[in-house]
Amino acid sequence: MAKIQLNGKKISIKPKATIYELLKKFKLNNKKVAIEHNGIIIPKSYYKKKYLKNNDKLEVVHFIGGG
Amino acid sequence: MEEGSLKKDIFKVANKKLKSRLIVGTGKYKNFRETAQAVKESGADMVTVAVRRINILDKKKPILTDYLNPKKIIYLPNTAGCFTSDDALRTLRLAREMGGWKLVKLEVLGDKKTLYPNMIETIKSTKVLVKEGFKVMVYCTDDPLLAKKLEDCGASAIMPLASPIGSGLGIQNKVNISLIIKQSKVPVVVDAGIGTASDATIAMEMGCDGVLINSAIANAKNPIRMARAFKNAVISGRDSYLSGRMKKNFFAIPSSPTDGII
Repeated sequence: MAKIQLNGKKISIKPKATIYELLKKFKLNNKKVAIEHNGIIIPKSYYKKKYLKNNDKLEVVHFIGGG
Repeated sequence: MEEGSLKKDIFKVANKKLKSRLIVGTGKYKNFRETAQAVKESGADMVTVAVRRINILDKKKPILTDYLNPKKIIYLPNTAGCFTSDDALRTLRLAREMGGWKLVKLEVLGDKKTLYPNMIETIKSTKVLVKEGFKVMVYCTDDPLLAKKLEDCGASAIMPLASPIGSGLGIQNKVNISLIIKQSKVPVVVDAGIGTASDATIAMEMGCDGVLINSAIANAKNPIRMARAFKNAVISGRDSYLSGRMKKNFFAIPSSPTDGII
């Protein structure tokens, strides 16, 4: 298992999972989110190619109501 | 009156053509259903939205895009809550990645109590964003010199505050707002501080190109009706501005002819 930080929360995922697989696990629509991986924004076309490893930090954001 | 004097009045900002000069925020509503209803009543073509962490654990939590279709209404991603240039840039780059948004609202705050914009960080961020190809509508103080500076940096719209965010105090410095309107070649949109519909009319009568309203609608007892009030207020103010008001006189001038009085 690999331990990563997802939106500030520590979670365990299976090793060598991609961002795409993680989104699928949490039932998140990749069209409606944007992702930062260790401080770098990942283009959507890389979700299937980007593997997650121990201690990675992931931020998954979306639009909410705001002024 | 000559024909064609009621010709269409389109609000152009960056590469967008808007029918309404009212832009509304989507924060502070009771729920998304109310947000969507208020937006509909307001007649706005453009809404501001915030970028936040998604709630991973609560999968049933409703999401904004299910209630307001970004294909039908223009989303204007905003950096509300950012206090540094780095945070604002990070937020808008993420927003662009989400759906290709290039037209954005920049807001870099400087003080938690007044939510007054930090203009040094704002100018710095505007320069970077313009360089990266963003079209930036910029929330700013009502200082004409700084507004000009933003325009020179490539801002797509200047958005001076009427008074502090969420205060509902209306336009506190009409002179400054007028100076900004007169000097600006890009649209001027009064953002923040509008309290009620008549405040929006005043802004439009002064010659603002648009107004951005959130709290005044969302915090009204009946937000849906208030949304409609703002729609009409903005239309009235704009028409009044375009019509050119009558001159003020110190003494009365009768409305009926004085000839032929019996």
